[in-house]
Amino acid sequence: MSAVMPTTSAAPLHQLSPGLWTLAWRRLRKDRVGMVSLVIVGFFLLLILGSYTGLVAKDWSKEVGVSYANPTFMAGAENLEAKQAGAKQTKSEVPYVDLSDIDPLAPKYEEWAKRTAEIKITEVQRAETLPFGGDKWGRDVIQKAIKGAETSIMVGLVAAFLATVIGTILGAISGYMGGRVGDFLEWFYNIFTSIPYILLILAFAAVFQSSPALAEYKGIPMVVAILAFTGWTGIYRLVRAEYIKHASREYVKAAQAIGASHSRRMFVHILPNVSHVCLVQLSQHVVQFIKAEVILSFLGLGVPVDSVSWGTMLAEAQSELVIGKWWQLVAASISMAVLVTAFSMLTDSLRDALDPKIK
Amino acid sequence: MDKLLEVSNLDVKFRLDGGSIFDAVKGISFDIPRNATVALVGESGSGKSVSAMSIVRLLPAEQAIISPKSKISFNGTDLLTLPDADMRQIRGKDISVIFQEPMTSLNPVFTCGDQISEVLRLHMGMTPKQAWARAEELMNEVGIPNPKLRMQSYPHEMSGGQQQRVMIAMAIACEPKLLIADEPTTALDVTIQKQILDLIAKLQQSHHMSVLFITHDLAVVGEIADQVVVMQHGEIKESGEVRQIFEAPQHPYTKALLACRPNVESRPRRLPVIEDFMSEAGLRPEHHEQRRRGYEANDDIVLEVRNLSKLFQLKDGLFKKREVAAVKGASFKLARGKTLGLVGESGSGKTTVGLTLMRLHSASGGEVLFDGVDLLKLSEKEMMKYKRRIQIVFQNPYASLNPRFTVGQILLEPMKIHSIGKNEQERVQMAMALLKRVGMPEVSFYKYPHEFSGGQRQRIAIARCLTMKPDVLICDESVSALDVSVQAQVLNLLQDLQDEYRMSYIFISHDLAVVKYISDQVMVMSNGEVVEVANADDIYLNPQQEYTRKLLGSIPKGWDGAKAA
Repeated sequence: MSAVMPTTSAAPLHQLSPGLWTLAWRRLRKDRVGMVSLVIVGFFLLLILGSYTGLVAKDWSKEVGVSYANPTFMAGAENLEAKQAGAKQTKSEVPYVDLSDIDPLAPKYEEWAKRTAEIKITEVQRAETLPFGGDKWGRDVIQKAIKGAETSIMVGLVAAFLATVIGTILGAISGYMGGRVGDFLEWFYNIFTSIPYILLILAFAAVFQSSPALAEYKGIPMVVAILAFTGWTGIYRLVRAEYIKHASREYVKAAQAIGASHSRRMFVHILPNVSHVCLVQLSQHVVQFIKAEVILSFLGLGVPVDSVSWGTMLAEAQSELVIGKWWQLVAASISMAVLVTAFSMLTDSLRDALDPKIK
Repeated sequence: MDKLLEVSNLDVKFRLDGGSIFDAVKGISFDIPRNATVALVGESGSGKSVSAMSIVRLLPAEQAIISPKSKISFNGTDLLTLPDADMRQIRGKDISVIFQEPMTSLNPVFTCGDQISEVLRLHMGMTPKQAWARAEELMNEVGIPNPKLRMQSYPHEMSGGQQQRVMIAMAIACEPKLLIADEPTTALDVTIQKQILDLIAKLQQSHHMSVLFITHDLAVVGEIADQVVVMQHGEIKESGEVRQIFEAPQHPYTKALLACRPNVESRPRRLPVIEDFMSEAGLRPEHHEQRRRGYEANDDIVLEVRNLSKLFQLKDGLFKKREVAAVKGASFKLARGKTLGLVGESGSGKTTVGLTLMRLHSASGGEVLFDGVDLLKLSEKEMMKYKRRIQIVFQNPYASLNPRFTVGQILLEPMKIHSIGKNEQERVQMAMALLKRVGMPEVSFYKYPHEFSGGQRQRIAIARCLTMKPDVLICDESVSALDVSVQAQVLNLLQDLQDEYRMSYIFISHDLAVVKYISDQVMVMSNGEVVEVANADDIYLNPQQEYTRKLLGSIPKGWDGAKAA
């Protein structure tokens, strides 16, 4: 509802009292754990904003180091893979055979040699070590982790937002309307949840990815869609329960008595009263979907090969670990662990701040 | 007299959310003699429950701070310094408590028999068999019919009055020396309230207990208490023998409490409120002049209800359906500028009548004629223009205002929906004027409902209805949840508004004294049927039906009743 701004003489009286959100913010500010988590989450969000606009990690796909470049702090360690790669190049040169006697094009040799000399071959100097090591193609692991964070967090945020919107709208309709509509939605929900989660995701992934109509949306948008379409169920149930509770409250009856329409009662009257539930769910699902994206990418159903996410990094790390290259695994998992932990704790603090009675 | 419990200098503070401190009880002292009933009377926030809970140490430990100077001596031992383990022994055995809400105080997953015998096994060391047998005796003693069968019942299978009886049986199971009853009858109907009061009085005598009876209603106290302690804002205003409190109250607050509750005998033009007693001017003539009430032959009828009925469909098993008639053929007329009182016990269908005639419930049959139009036959769209003309004020002012809206938004919404007022600015001005009319400062416009007390919220709810200038206002237990002094203020406000706007009220309440005060005509309902309809004075002086007589007989009569008995 729009705030009322009277322009009458009542202006000096105008001092809006703190509403729910202001009070919640005040409580959150006192919560030290909550504030630390908020700062960490904020830092990650700034980081991915930077990488999205190209300020940081722009060159993540440049092969700047030798294959499996050592982290700087391990400069002395042996890098067999890089040596092998170097050795291969020299060996592959074909032994020189002089054919000038029989070759009709022999007079052109001189000209060719000249022209060849004009082309400068600048051998890129590949770094022996990178700040936190390199991957198979010599890409900087830190830059990859930042770019991966962008993909993972974007997927998590957008998918969680979509899932919350779907879950809230369906839950509101089902809980408020009840009756046949409610029964139908419940039936729909039951079918959805009767299929094991991973299988459902696999099925969605298979259908979406093989559909020619959706071909242009392949990649990250598709992962977002898959997660959102499978992840709304929990939110739906919670919001539905809240709506059932609120629909019989007197303030809703009072709204009915003054002639407010159904949609007005559902979204203007009740929604602000359950919005804190939606927000906490949103925040919880961001964490859940970041993890789900990692699993999907790990299984090869997630983001495409030409982009990077924490999930693809972990998938790559799988084969690297065998040869003792641990830094990609550590980079991806530490950044993920920090974000997920901070986000979860922020969710807890949010819930406490929004609903202090539960504590 | 021999003292069982001595409370001296009790001082309790609460730590609030924002870190501030709230003085709940400010150094009070009182005694409970052996074998006597002491009533602790006060309105909400007076600290009466906090005082009682600090006796049994049931206050939330993180928030409550009891000053070290406080002393509560029970039989010579100081309860406040007792170790927790010893306290647990005393609690439930020597001192037991009955709470207001029997439904939430009983554990829903155990039978009543289990719950009573558990107490006996814990505190009296009885074997399960002995405990069961004793529990059955207790059930019999508190007047539960067929105790053998009822021992196996779960709490939800019993009525509210029976649940409270079970709670009382648990409380007296270990022969306590002190029984603390915290508003034990507030959630019950008048007829049940009378039975429970009689039961507590009888048990107090037969078990030689002392009873600390906590209530907000002075009228209840007269019949059962020996001594009365009146509290306000955490302080004791007056205490003494019950006769002295009722016949010669000293403190203006006590006088006000006695006077501001409407009673059946008189109907002043205006109810006195606490401020009238506290101020220099004292009572004005309108507090003594009587108001005449009743329908007259030439009254203009606004609303006529014929044969209104409402069936509720309940699911019975998987596919079967059962119908329950909440209202069976109710007919009545409402005159312009007059009040129709609707009384009955819970489940009598009085609220359903109100909700059905304004179509918040769909009716199952009958006609509701408003200006000659049958509202029940109108389509949703045609109904819109009638909606604003019949409005409702609900019981619970804490639930009926949307907590996420400011008062301004609450008041402007109906005007927007019904396009009242030319523009936003005009609506704001109208809302401000209405706030003033119901006695609220204009700043309230920008505040949220949680910043107001119950009485103030009910004023806001009334102002919301007034924005639509209704012809008929349904007050569904609108003053029942309020303290007596606030109740008087709201009743005065309703009366003023009726005089000013010539609105008709349908006043639904279980409180017969309040209904008598505000109504011209009274309709008594029981089990969905109309028992009796007559002018208010007639029905109280000369009830025609047996049920009406029984209902009237249960009204707490205060001191007069006790004297007569």
